[in-house]
Amino acid sequence: MNSRAEILSRIKENQPELTSLPAELTAPLQYADPVAMFSTVLGNIGGTAVPVSSYEEIQDYIKTHFADQKRIISTLPELSGVTEAGWEGQDPHSYEDIDIALIKAHFGVAENAALWVTEELMQQRVIPFICQQLAVVVQQKEIYSNMHEAYGQVADAVYGFGTFIAGPSKTADIEQSLVLGAHGPKKMTVFIMADS
Amino acid sequence: MNTGTKDHAGLADIFNEDEARVDWHDETLWFVRAKRDKAAHTLPEWEALRENASQIKDNVLSNLHDYLLQFEAKAQQNGITVHWAADAEEHNQIVHSILKAKGVTRIVKSKSMLTEECHLNEHLQKSGIEVIDTDLGERIVQLAEEPPSHIVLPCIHKKKEEIGELFHEHLGTPKGESDPQFLTAAARVHLREKFLTRKAAITGVNFAIAETGEFVVCTNEGNADMGAHLSEVHIACMGIEKIIPKRKHLSVFLRLLARSATGQPITTYSSHFNKPRAGQEMHLVLVDNGRTKQLGRADFRNSLKCIRCGACMNTCPVYRRSGGHSYHTAIAGPIGSILAPNLDMKEYADLPFASTLCGSCTNVCPVKINIHEQLYKWRQVIVKEGYADTKKAVAMKAMDFTLSSPFVYKTAGKAGRWVMKNIPFLVNNKLNAWYKQRDMPEPPKQSFSEWYKKNNNE
Repeated sequence: MNSRAEILSRIKENQPELTSLPAELTAPLQYADPVAMFSTVLGNIGGTAVPVSSYEEIQDYIKTHFADQKRIISTLPELSGVTEAGWEGQDPHSYEDIDIALIKAHFGVAENAALWVTEELMQQRVIPFICQQLAVVVQQKEIYSNMHEAYGQVADAVYGFGTFIAGPSKTADIEQSLVLGAHGPKKMTVFIMADS
Repeated sequence: MNTGTKDHAGLADIFNEDEARVDWHDETLWFVRAKRDKAAHTLPEWEALRENASQIKDNVLSNLHDYLLQFEAKAQQNGITVHWAADAEEHNQIVHSILKAKGVTRIVKSKSMLTEECHLNEHLQKSGIEVIDTDLGERIVQLAEEPPSHIVLPCIHKKKEEIGELFHEHLGTPKGESDPQFLTAAARVHLREKFLTRKAAITGVNFAIAETGEFVVCTNEGNADMGAHLSEVHIACMGIEKIIPKRKHLSVFLRLLARSATGQPITTYSSHFNKPRAGQEMHLVLVDNGRTKQLGRADFRNSLKCIRCGACMNTCPVYRRSGGHSYHTAIAGPIGSILAPNLDMKEYADLPFASTLCGSCTNVCPVKINIHEQLYKWRQVIVKEGYADTKKAVAMKAMDFTLSSPFVYKTAGKAGRWVMKNIPFLVNNKLNAWYKQRDMPEPPKQSFSEWYKKNNNE
């Protein structure tokens, strides 16, 4: 008998009587102002929330705050005025020198400031991890209170790769001292776009 | 780690030699435990969440056979190659054979307690494959040639000066430099070079979803993602108990995991791998290594619900004061002490006794594993099977003899009180295991029954 058959037969023999799945959690915590909560939590985990009302405003922000950054790329056509063109479709290793990557998120979650991003919003899976700084655009109306609502959105979604990103890359492995920028982005900016 | 024939108490003695370090270790972990409490208290539904998670895991264990088949079929449809390993040896061979087929001799690895349990690094290194651990804490202990001492905080036992010295030796940082910010920046440069040049990456798995065939890896550093997205081959290794039924159940577990582990509301990255990247090979190894046996032990089955948050370690008064290495197993602390005897009851017979049975581990466990009850149950099994420590077995026999006879009990009590009063050095010395770390009590003048007799007659 091969290992697969052996393991499965041992499980069948040893697993207890079937118990049913619990009912879904009732009334998980809701925030009166999820956007305010999101911004506070993001600040607590080392990110910066920037409320904006248009893509022009984001472009202006980039021009003033990121003026010294050399390589700025974006997966958002709306920001092509201030970002590099034709960067897509290269070997993932070539993105090593990206200073800032600007991408879009499907939605954000207030309780933990996580943003849900799937492969098609990154162009390349490595983009949000390899860049020195990450900036994400999210619609204000797409900030949910909690993770249950979040998974309500992605329960049946189809993607090759998806990730929740909450703040810049970080570590506290040396004597519990928090350091931002372990391997990935050292900073994270989230542009929260007002409802039009 | 070669611990010889030492048991937990013996290894803890070594750790306890440096009292200042013990205090520091204790305080640091208590600080993490306090952060967990604060995070848990932000959610009014915390207890309901724990109950929900516990019941989902019960359902998983009761239907594991079908969930694994469902997961395998979906993962294969997604383009992931699924392997099954009965034990550590087979797991290591599978990983090695994948690397060999691709001609890869240098790899990066992100944190995986399963590969620690299987001693994968040693196996690959013996076969001429270089393994670089990319989690900062794991890289530090790897440079120090030590195993991790904690499942979430692998180098929590190390002072920054020691890490500075290691980095000076291996990464060429200036001598005497111990600033965490500086050292982390040096490690970032060192590890980026590895991510960019290694063709294969190994990651662990936090959750695997039967419904969709995808698996989720949680990190704060982003090292699993850097490895996986830059590699030609991604190998993910998981214990068969990591399955959960549906994607939406992740909402429950992701809310609990980081809050229980470090007090964060969620890890920085919670990555869902569904399909390999175009041109990439993705392998997933499902490992048993004693888990099916534990599934059959009704008293210990619950331990398979563990999501590896480490909350039980941070709260454990024994772990905090004896250090992770004194547990001589990949997973230290309370949860490791109920998992290890399943793998080898004789080798790990000491671990269920490395606890006060205070129940704090059970109270913080996000999936409601009855850890302290299982520790107590293991003690009984171990004594019955004859694996108990000789000193403990002799003491138990003496206790049994004394307590079974009223005459012996009375006489022994009287003798004990007399000795403690008149020749205290007979008990207050190193030969008495009870005297270690404790003061002997002031002996009472009379026993309760003597007092009762006297007072009732008057």
